[in-house]
Amino acid sequence: MSTPAEVAVPKEHEGTREISLAQAVNEALAEELRRDPAVFLIGEDVAEAGTPFKVTSGLVEEFGPERVLDSPISEAGITGIGLGAAMTGMRPVVDIMFGDFLTLVMDQLANQAAKVHYMSGGRLQAPLTLRTTLGATRRSAAQHSQSLHAWVAHVPGLKVALPSTPYDAKGLLKTAIRDDNPVVFFEDKMMFAVKGPVPDGEYTIPFGVADVKREGEDVTIVATSSMVYVGLEAAELLADDGVSAEVVDPRTLVPLDRETLVASAKKTGRVVVVDEGHTSYGASAELAAAIAEDAFYWLDAPVRRAAAMDVPVPFSPVLEDQTVPTPESVAALSKSLLGKA
Amino acid sequence: MATAAVPAPLIGADLALRMYEQMQRIRAFEERVDQLYRSAKMPGLAHLYVGQEAVAVGVCEALRRDDFITSTHRGHGHCLAKGAAVERMFCELLGKEEGYCRGKGGSMHIADHENGNLGANAIVGGSTGIATGAAFSAKARGSDQIAACFFGEGALGQGVLYEVMNMAALWTLPVVYVCENNSYNEYTHYRETTAGGLTERAAAFGIPQEAVDGQDVLAVYAAATRAVERARRREGPSFLLCETYRYHGHHVGDVDRAYYRSKEEEEQWKAERDPLQILRAWILEKGFADEEVLEQTAERVETEVAAAAEHALAAPFPDPSEVGEHVYAG
Repeated sequence: MSTPAEVAVPKEHEGTREISLAQAVNEALAEELRRDPAVFLIGEDVAEAGTPFKVTSGLVEEFGPERVLDSPISEAGITGIGLGAAMTGMRPVVDIMFGDFLTLVMDQLANQAAKVHYMSGGRLQAPLTLRTTLGATRRSAAQHSQSLHAWVAHVPGLKVALPSTPYDAKGLLKTAIRDDNPVVFFEDKMMFAVKGPVPDGEYTIPFGVADVKREGEDVTIVATSSMVYVGLEAAELLADDGVSAEVVDPRTLVPLDRETLVASAKKTGRVVVVDEGHTSYGASAELAAAIAEDAFYWLDAPVRRAAAMDVPVPFSPVLEDQTVPTPESVAALSKSLLGKA
Repeated sequence: MATAAVPAPLIGADLALRMYEQMQRIRAFEERVDQLYRSAKMPGLAHLYVGQEAVAVGVCEALRRDDFITSTHRGHGHCLAKGAAVERMFCELLGKEEGYCRGKGGSMHIADHENGNLGANAIVGGSTGIATGAAFSAKARGSDQIAACFFGEGALGQGVLYEVMNMAALWTLPVVYVCENNSYNEYTHYRETTAGGLTERAAAFGIPQEAVDGQDVLAVYAAATRAVERARRREGPSFLLCETYRYHGHHVGDVDRAYYRSKEEEEQWKAERDPLQILRAWILEKGFADEEVLEQTAERVETEVAAAAEHALAAPFPDPSEVGEHVYAG
């Protein structure tokens, strides 16, 4: 994958600074911890270590070990404890170090947290935020590289956010923590160093509002998380060939802003969906289906998917780099929809 | 085994008679559920608590209304003992709008927030995290609430239980783990599935344990009170092992049980270790009530349960449009 830091995301804000995505997440956590005594962080190495990605550095120093808790290596247990706390007046943020470890928390997430509100006829709530990662190309092999957002997006009762920029990450995370539902919040571990403009003051970004990261006329590239940068680079390549590409970032999979996706599809008539989950039965299929259902008569070509290969993520760079969409592959796929080689 | 931290509490006439009534209520409720199932008036299945009444009542009588419990697939007894109303329980079991979950939960998912019941749970061991998290929350919020976590001996096979017991001990959380050993993991005797001792599991985490006769509500209440007081004093979790027996099958449809346990075994428990008979004998011996008073209690509860079941049968189902409600809060 390309280095996202090299791509400038067009986003204008008043009084902005350039900070990394890791810093943006850190600020969101700190602000919410400051604002609401019910918020606490729990996870492996979230306190003094600040996580392996240094995202939570400094928080335990400000908020103390009772609100920033280093946990045992017990993903299911900490998610269950987070859930019980959420059901009884707290707003926990559970840190699951790698998205691959979602497999270990699935009962607590899918059978318990997702269903608490519904099964109780609306009488119980679970305002739980679970932060985790996605994304390959870190040379971490098959058990530390998966993008499993489709797994949780499939379960009614969970909300799913996957921001691509520091600005979006901060605003969406604050919304997640204030939401009265369980939210699974995915950060691409390859994006923590990506810098972008973030305003000085307080702001939140509502769920279910897609963002057009680049406007265009000929083809729509719907891209999630770090694939937004792949889409933007593809758009640059396409521009060199005289093709105008629009890049749309849904920002949350649940709830999904179908309207903005479909409006863009109707405008351009051609859509490529780029997502780092596996191709089969993935988030890209759902996004493609939404567009095919609602924009069918405006489409000039079938909606195409560019997603991760249906193989476990391999270790060797020579192998791994083939498994994920690239700006070149997305540009080529986009051109094929325009009848261009 | 840990010795009692404080002397067993004195149990007077009022408490003894209340516990007797609650145990009668649970038994009458469950026998009625069995009838509803057999007469095809109840959708789905239910896992009956008959035989185990002393555990739920002994523990819940040691709790305050604002203390939390989490329950299991065999949860009707816990719900009733924590204060749930018979009528709304039946309504939930029949999928009616008046039910505790507006018919969305059913037998295995009854939650009763007003009485601190965070819900029954159809995943074995599935609510152990919730109970421990509720205890975490109570401590973090500076409240003196505690949480009691009911689970069967089958949950001793689930890893998440040990994850949360470890954290409860590490962080001195006010939670009481109540293991109800009715001997059977569904259709298999626990000795075929469970290596080592049961209380030893808690001992490994440095959690004080106590094993009691789960058919003797006085013993359960005394031990639960010690554990609850310890949690209330913010001294940490406890583990209570209650040896008990389920009279019915794993669920209402499990009627041919000879392949996993004998009729003689069932009859012996009913004849010699019935929790209602044990308490009844004690109340009579103490002179807290006579036969007539206890008979009246049983009849009153039976009448209440019968009327509640009739009410639930006649109660309306939720409007079909409710199917899409409550997926998300807010």
